Order: sequence, then structure tokens, then C-alpha cells
Amino acid sequence: MSSFSFKDAFDKVNQGPLPYLIVFAHIVTGTLLVYFQPRSNLAFLVLMSSFLSLYFFNTSNRFKITAAVVMTLLIMPILGVRNIFYLEVIFQISVFAALALGLNIVVGFAGLLDLGYVAFYAVGAYLWAFFGSQQFFVLPYAPGTQPSDLPFLLAGDFFYLFMMLGVIVAAMTGILLGLPVLRVRGDYLAIVTLGFGEVIRVLANNLDKPLNFTNGPQGITPIQRPSMPDWVVDWFNTIFGPLVGHEVNTSHMYNLWFYILALMVIMVIVFVTKRLDDSAMGRAWTAVREDETAAIAQGIPLVKTKLSAFAVGASFAGIMGVLLAASRTFISPESFSFMQSIGVLSMVILGGSGSIPGVILGAATITILNLQVLQGFSLYLNELRQSDAIIPIINFAWSDLSTQLDPAKYQRLLFGLILILMMIFRPQGLIPAKRRERKLALEKTE
Amino acid sequence: MALLEIENLTKTFGGLRAIGGVSFSLEKGMIVSIIGPNGAGKTTFFNTLTGIYKPTEGSIKFNGKSLVGLRPDQIAARGISRTFQNIRLFQEMTVIENILTGMHVHMKQSGIDTLFRLPTFKKEEKEAEQKALRLMKYVGIKGDVGNDLAKNLPYGAQRRLEIARALAADPLLLLLDEPAAGMNPQETEEITRLFRRIREEMGITILLIEHDMRVVMNISENICVMDYGEKIAEGTPAEIRSNTSVIEAYLGRGAVAGQHEEKIA
Repeated sequence: MSSFSFKDAFDKVNQGPLPYLIVFAHIVTGTLLVYFQPRSNLAFLVLMSSFLSLYFFNTSNRFKITAAVVMTLLIMPILGVRNIFYLEVIFQISVFAALALGLNIVVGFAGLLDLGYVAFYAVGAYLWAFFGSQQFFVLPYAPGTQPSDLPFLLAGDFFYLFMMLGVIVAAMTGILLGLPVLRVRGDYLAIVTLGFGEVIRVLANNLDKPLNFTNGPQGITPIQRPSMPDWVVDWFNTIFGPLVGHEVNTSHMYNLWFYILALMVIMVIVFVTKRLDDSAMGRAWTAVREDETAAIAQGIPLVKTKLSAFAVGASFAGIMGVLLAASRTFISPESFSFMQSIGVLSMVILGGSGSIPGVILGAATITILNLQVLQGFSLYLNELRQSDAIIPIINFAWSDLSTQLDPAKYQRLLFGLILILMMIFRPQGLIPAKRRERKLALEKTE
Repeated sequence: MALLEIENLTKTFGGLRAIGGVSFSLEKGMIVSIIGPNGAGKTTFFNTLTGIYKPTEGSIKFNGKSLVGLRPDQIAARGISRTFQNIRLFQEMTVIENILTGMHVHMKQSGIDTLFRLPTFKKEEKEAEQKALRLMKYVGIKGDVGNDLAKNLPYGAQRRLEIARALAADPLLLLLDEPAAGMNPQETEEITRLFRRIREEMGITILLIEHDMRVVMNISENICVMDYGEKIAEGTPAEIRSNTSVIEAYLGRGAVAGQHEEKIA
């Protein structure tokens, strides 16, 4: 008698036309559920998990790509504008996925533990915040004292140029920081980067005098967005109006557009990461991670290699920072706290350090946990609290439950638990990194 | 002109004189061994030579140019490759990738080549991969293990892989730190033969640290003996065998000549 194994059962199902059917059914079910139950978190989870079945079931690459494109560019946007909260969730997932992919290069590939990664995100955000708002003309005024009729320095469409500039400026910041810092190893590097992250945040907090660069703790607002022509909105309404069920306005269209921009950035990042990983530079990164002494004995220049990883990782955060500043139209030092760095690090570790699909899964999981599961649970507890229900056997009235016990407040606890549990039980992450299989055959030379 | 010329090399750690004024020269195409009791300073000598430690005093000339003050990666690029006493492979990388990493100094691909997979990039990678495969076979790693992670190889194959990685850089001088440690007599014999082939077929000069006297006496043209950080003797295997200060270093003062034969031979 052979015992039942989940893996065997999965392998049995996972062949022939069946996987196509399962994935298709999963996507359709998820879509319909969300469409008819737009407020249900569970329905949304079913829809999001269809990406997992798309990844794990054995279907052709063409099917996978088509399905992914239809999902991300058609189904999710339509469902997103139907319930604008979902659009916010998928936007945040894409932003964090991009950040986590960037940090993955530094931590996952080159093995440099960077606890201040969010600093580069801040650099990108403040770059556009300064040039894309009235801040340039606010320079001589203390926060809150500026006249209200100041002009904008640049037109909103410069945003696209600044996405490029964000890459360059963040990369240069990475190199400047890296030069003195990367000589230290391991734990010391973690501490120095942690300090750097805080330095940037404190700078943002205090650079409101003598010249007001950052407007201090109050943050910079309004930050301009690129122009959104009316015909785009009309066009969207004409085509998708009946499906969406309500009039889509410019603000919704902006949310949608930033989501799509974030997706495009992710695609560029994945492309660049894959190409670099499978080259002399990527091998040098991994070699340095595996054994510094052996790597340097192979002629790999240590500082240069680490700097390149640092700069590439930083540049991804820079571009997302510019995107964040425009999409929120407001930024303040609050958004770049140490907790953010730890959050992104948890995504990398949860998903699988060095693994691209893993890191994206990690970002999605933690963002959904944060925005939906914890919030949803909080909401549910609140409802119980306001009702006169009691827990039967121990005779405990829900209304006596302390308001301190609010799951949404336990985000940090959750990050901590995830890090601890992953380190103990699955240090390689949910989807571990794999080395590329080469087709190795020795060609005849004569 | 000698390939490697070392004069009065000294390395101190605080009050400890790990290497005290060693002078040594190595002709091109030779196989030379460094022997000595544990703690004699042999590995420190290698580490100083490859730039991991900065020499406190003295000069190192390789191919006529000074190596003092260069970083380890610069020294590697000048043509010195090494293996380590405790195997130091890139464990989570595949066998082929380990060897490819050894070719790092010769890789010409730029960032643009890499991102857009230009023909120059593809050609270089393809040639490198072929060379890596040939090296894998050359050092005697058997089977279709190119895609296996280095950490999953058996011990003997890991030792060989480290040699292949060192050879991948096309070095002029190969430094081997106890390459036969932990091998059985048959493996030891095979690997000794490999060293001879490397010298004969690739023209690479070899300097090795080894405790196994069968290896040392079998392949060395010259032997340098170290004790307490100093060179106490140098000469052909026959000369070293009968050198009294060597016997003293190994067996202690007062050890009679009769005993050393079975120990060393």
C-alpha cells in the first residue's frame, strides 16, 4: 500500500489539458466572485490566488503570459475601478513588489544586508516632490508661512523625465553611500545602512531651514501628476462603462494609470534582474555572497562588485519613489520610516531571497495581510464588540474586549513573527531561488 | 629571470612573527612544495603572497613586477590562482558557474552587452561555457554534474572543482594549499598525476603546501621547509630527506637519524 502524498496527487493532476482547465476555472471563478461580491475580501483572495495556480500548474509559457497579461491589464483594472479599494491594494502590491525586487538584488543576490533600503525610495520621492511642486519657490519661507499663490516650477509631464532621473540620482546616492560603507562586512553593514536610512529620514524632517527644501515634518503637497487628457477618461467610460457600473472620473483614471506604470517598472526590473543575474556580473554578486575570500581570489573586485549591486538595487527604489510622490501628491518623512525598510525585507525573506517569483509573492502576501486581512479582522472584531454577543462557555461579552486588541495595530508583531518563523522553518522562502539549468554539451573542437 | 622572487618577506601579527624574513625564488615551469610542521607559517605565506595579508616587510616580485600593496583581485589578475586549505567553493552555485566565476578576470562583457544580449555577449558566454566544460573533464570530475550545486558534489570532486576554478583564470602560477588533504591513496595518486599534467600540458608553474610526503617527494623538483615562520632548508627531495634541521623540526631535537626514514620516506 502506498501512502497518499500531496505531491504525487498534484503531479497526477498536473499533466495534459487538465491544468489549463483548472487555471482557467480558477481565474473565471475569482473574477465572477469579485464582480458580484465587490466587498468580499475572500472573493478578492480567490482572485489573487489564481496567480499562484498560474505559476504552479504546468501550462505552456504562451498560456501563462497571455493569462497574466489579461489578468493584470484587463480583469484587475476593471474590477479595481469597480471597487476603488482593490485598485489601491493592487497598486500597493506592485509598488512593494518593485521595491522588494530591488532589495532582492542587494540582499538576495549580493548578500548585503541593507536595513536602510527605504532611504533610496525617499531620495526618488523627494526628488520629484521638490521639482514637481511649488517647493522651489517655497525655499525662502518657513513651513506654513508661504503665500498661497506660488507657481509650479515644472509642468506635470516632466514626471516621466524624472522617473529616469530618479533612477540615476538614487543609483548615485547608492554609490556615494556604498563607497565608505561597503568596506564593512555582514552585521556591521546592516547597522551602518540602518543608520543611513534614519539619516535620510531625519534630513527630510529637518531640511526646512535655513532653506526650506523638504518642508519638514509637514511634508510637501501638492505634488503634480502627469496630465490625464479627458478623452482617455471618456474612451475608458465608453468601452468599459457598462462593465464597471459607474462613471469613472479622472481621479480613478490616475489610480489606474499609476498602477499600470508600476507594472511596467516591475517588468523592466524583472528583465534587468534576469539578464544581470545570468552574466559575469551576476555570478560575481553571487560569488561575493557565497564566499568573499574565495571570490576575491578569483579576481573579483570586492568593492566594485558590491557597489554595482547597491547601485542597481537603489535605482529601482528611486524610480518607485518618483512614482509614489506623483501618485500620492503628498509625501512626508513619515512614509520612509525604519518599519518600511523592515517591511520590504520581510517580503524578500518570506518569498525567498534571490527568487524573483518568490519576492513578488512575498510582497503580495504581506501587502494583502496588511491592507485586507488585518483590517478585515479588525472590522469584524469591532462589529462583535458593538453587538451584545458573548463567548458561550466562558461567558465573556465581546463588548468587554479591550480596544487595544485591534489586529490592525499588530502589523509590527506580524513582521516580526514572519521573520522568526521563516528563519526557523523555511529560510529559503516560500518559492526558493533556483539556479538556471544550462544545456551542457561539449562541442567537438576539431 | 625567476617567475617569483621573494626577498626578506616578513609578516607579524602584533608580537607574533608569523613569517620572519623568508627569501625564496621560483623558476618558471617548476613544481615546488612548501612543507613544515603545523603553525610553521605556510598558509600565512600563501595569504601574504596573494594579497589577503599585507606584508610587514620585504618584497614580492612576480614576472618582474612588485605585488606588494596590490589587492587580492589585482594579484589574481596578474596570473596567480589558488585553492584553499578548507575547500572554499561557491556552495549555492552550480559546478559550471563556479568554473565560470574563475574566468572573471578575462570576461570583457559590458553592461550594455549583458542587458541586450548582444552577439559579443552570447559568443563570450558560449566559449566560456565550453571552456568550463573542458576544464571540468580535465580535472577529472566525472558524470553529468555541470548543473549540480557545488555543495552536492562528493569531497574529492569538490577538491578537483576548486582546482578547475583556479585553472579557469589561465594563471601563470598555481598555489595549492594541501590539495591532497583527506584523500585516499588512490585519489592522492590521481591528483598527483593531474598536477604533473597541468605543468606539462598547460605550462603552469605550481607551488604547493602539502603534508602528504608521498605527494611531496613524488612530484616536487624543489622543496622549501618552513618552521616557526622561517625557511630552514631548501633543496631537492633527496637533499631534504637527509637534512638534519628538517628532521629536527619534524621529530624534535635528539631524534636519531634512523627514525626519520620511515616517517618521511
